[in-house]
Amino acid sequence: MAITLTVNGAAREVDAPPDMPLLWVLRDLLGLTGTKYGCGVAQCRACTVHVDGEAVQSCQLPVSAAAGKSVTTIEGLGAPKLHVLQEAWLAEDVAQCGWCQPGQLMSAAALLARNSAPTDDDIDLAMSGNICRCGTYNRIRRAIKRAAGVPDAGGTP
Amino acid sequence: MNRRTFLQVGVSGAGGLLIAFTVGCKDKDAPAPAPAPTPGTGDAPAPARPAGADLNAWIRIDPDDTVTMLVPEAEMGQGIHTGVAMILAEELDADWATVRAEHAPADGAKYGRQSTGGSTSTRGNWDALRAAGATARAMLIAAAAQQWSVPAAELTTEPGAVVHAASKRRARYGELAAAAAKLPPPAPDTITPRAPGTYRLIGKPTKRLDQRPKITGAATYGLDVRLPGMLFAVVARPPVVGGKLVKFDGTAARAIPGVKDVLQIPTGVAVVATSTWAALKGREALSVTWDDGAHAALTSEQISKTLRDLAPGGVTVKQQGDAPDAVKRARTKLAAAYEVPYLAHVTMEPLNATCDVEDGRCTLWVGTQTPSGCQKTAAEILAIPPEQVTVHSTFLGGGFGRRSQTDYVAEAVHVARSMKGPVQLVWTREDDTRGGFYRPAALSLCEGALDADGWPTAWVQRIAAPSILERFGPLEGGVDATAVEGVENLPYALPHLLVTYARPDLPISTWFWRSVGSSQNAWSTECFLDELARAGGKDPLEVRRRLLKDKPRHLAVLEAAAARAGWGAPLPEGRARGLAVHESFGSVVAEVAVVSIDAGAPRVHRVTCAIDCGTAVNPAQIEAQMESGILYGLSAALHGAIHLDGGKVRESNFHDYPVVRMREAPRIDTVIVASTDPPGGVGEPSTPPVAPAVCNALLALTGKPVRALPIRLG
Ligand code: FES
Ligand code: FES
Repeated sequence: MAITLTVNGAAREVDAPPDMPLLWVLRDLLGLTGTKYGCGVAQCRACTVHVDGEAVQSCQLPVSAAAGKSVTTIEGLGAPKLHVLQEAWLAEDVAQCGWCQPGQLMSAAALLARNSAPTDDDIDLAMSGNICRCGTYNRIRRAIKRAAGVPDAGGTP
Repeated sequence: MNRRTFLQVGVSGAGGLLIAFTVGCKDKDAPAPAPAPTPGTGDAPAPARPAGADLNAWIRIDPDDTVTMLVPEAEMGQGIHTGVAMILAEELDADWATVRAEHAPADGAKYGRQSTGGSTSTRGNWDALRAAGATARAMLIAAAAQQWSVPAAELTTEPGAVVHAASKRRARYGELAAAAAKLPPPAPDTITPRAPGTYRLIGKPTKRLDQRPKITGAATYGLDVRLPGMLFAVVARPPVVGGKLVKFDGTAARAIPGVKDVLQIPTGVAVVATSTWAALKGREALSVTWDDGAHAALTSEQISKTLRDLAPGGVTVKQQGDAPDAVKRARTKLAAAYEVPYLAHVTMEPLNATCDVEDGRCTLWVGTQTPSGCQKTAAEILAIPPEQVTVHSTFLGGGFGRRSQTDYVAEAVHVARSMKGPVQLVWTREDDTRGGFYRPAALSLCEGALDADGWPTAWVQRIAAPSILERFGPLEGGVDATAVEGVENLPYALPHLLVTYARPDLPISTWFWRSVGSSQNAWSTECFLDELARAGGKDPLEVRRRLLKDKPRHLAVLEAAAARAGWGAPLPEGRARGLAVHESFGSVVAEVAVVSIDAGAPRVHRVTCAIDCGTAVNPAQIEAQMESGILYGLSAALHGAIHLDGGKVRESNFHDYPVVRMREAPRIDTVIVASTDPPGGVGEPSTPPVAPAVCNALLALTGKPVRALPIRLG
């Protein structure tokens, strides 16, 4: 079935079964492999993209539900210029293996878009859906605060 | 310096200098023995190999001044490419801004053995890397000396250039590279690496070289490989451990749009399709009959019982004094059983490999800890010479030991040989959790005795744990070295110590998991020591100070962590500190955890970590690895357990195999203890101490010991 959607600002037409999750449409049909697969069951958010500005787990969204909508992936987040979060990620040397980081960045970008000065609790709430097996959480927290211009108190004793 | 370091000089593709050398050979300090790999199992810790037999690392200096380090070790997140490049660049006196790091290719037999594990990347190759960098520098100096007709001794370097102070001449490395490539390499004994006090890059916190592609989505991992005409495959495998395929019907699967083929491979039934999704739908539609085999009734309870039955009758691994007798005669004694479950590795990028077999040649694109193991596996399956197999190493979305196996690569080869064009074989998260190789379950029966003043004097530890090493051949003396590491070399000065090991026969495949046996043995030993300290009315830090009098590295990290964590200082109500110290992979790490109890579960607020890893090549990456290893160990301590029900693995995905998330992640402070010793491992040594530090904090908080992982407060 032909489905039309906008991906990173460009109109794309894909021929996919309507129930194919957006994740596999992006990765396998459109070759946009920056969006990662980690669990397929809404547990890890490695697959996070923005659909009409909202953070969405693309492994859970049938492509038919994205028809006519505007999808932003990690490839689009920092184009043409790196997003302020990506700059902060570089400054904090966040990524280790890096597999989870596109999803982390897309979740963080959605957080900053609605909350320009997140607290530790806000970050816990917004980011605890994203798993990182390399344990980069402390750096992610610092990078979000750096991007937001919020000082980091360094936790409790 | 190793006089036998082997080097070859050549001209790079761009007309510059190319120096090939060998790293990653035998690590004589590795705690595990070096068994020979067996077919299809990938690589074990490296066997000895004649020096110079294989070249597997390169320094390339191009005329545009770019210095590229081609590193054979897998970049799985540990920052090894950056660390190796720093050591080479230090000795080369390269301008860091021009340095790049890439994965060296495993392309045919001319390339040497490549394997990353046991935290050996830096510590095993220190001499070889320094010699290679220093040799390159000497050759650039020799080229300048020739050009300027001055003695080499009058020349020095500054980052990226050779200079002649007397005549104020200066030539960039790129300008000299072509001339240097025509010179013979200097004799190894004329090469002197830099003295530790003079390092310019080593010891300086340095950002990773691979950050940018990883945050823009541009980095290519195994699962991101996209080739023209590539198909996707998933495999249905027997649900019961040791089960076999009886028959299958692929008719319904083939009817799924996009499904191209359904075929039998040794591990099950593969469905090949035009997208991952179609392959998954096809697998759901398969009708398969399995023979569950002999283990269809196996449960975790039975495994526990087997360990308990066997543990008392193990073979002696270490004996000093007469520990059982000392325990028998002691007035104050203590016995405790510590048990841990099987654990999955759960790399964030599920396992996968892409393979193309054509005209007797095989090409692999794979994120692996062992490119040479992949090459060997493919060559054996296809019965072709290894030089007909090319391995393109991609970034790894985590390794943790799992990607030093080649089972998933073998599957890709089996599928690809039956298909035209490349096939990407994908494991789902469920396949990954259930399909595999696990950190062994283990039981330790501990007994200890205190003297009249309450100090520990005797220690018995009887270990029962499935063997990892038995798959490589008979165990020396019946002992799996990985199962007893950290206990057999217990650092504490005790007059009486007995360590035994018993090997159960269990059908679950076991494998190296980040920090291997130390992952469970640091926990049992450090928890038991705290129990003994408590029984003797001693402070845990005091006991360790006393028993580690002759262990300066242990003492130093202990004091550093305790001081930084404010050991003994008041904490907010409801919180307590716990301490643990452990040596693994050539490094010693102490950790202090601050823990409270929140809704019946432990909450870890902060972990303070001190490491002695010898020369700290890149303090920034050491800190990152401490954080990473601690959270990896904490996931296991708080949540990790693979259970068996009716011979099937119960867990399947992150909902039932949870790992630490942002809200559970403690703040982590790291102290690096100064040292000029050769570098120790940093990827693994912070994992072992975290579980005991947390459990010891809980003991301090509640008075009740934790004797099983994951932690469940009763
Ligand atoms: S892959 Fe979508 S939430 Fe994990
Ligand atoms: S950086 Fe490896 S999973 Fe997050």
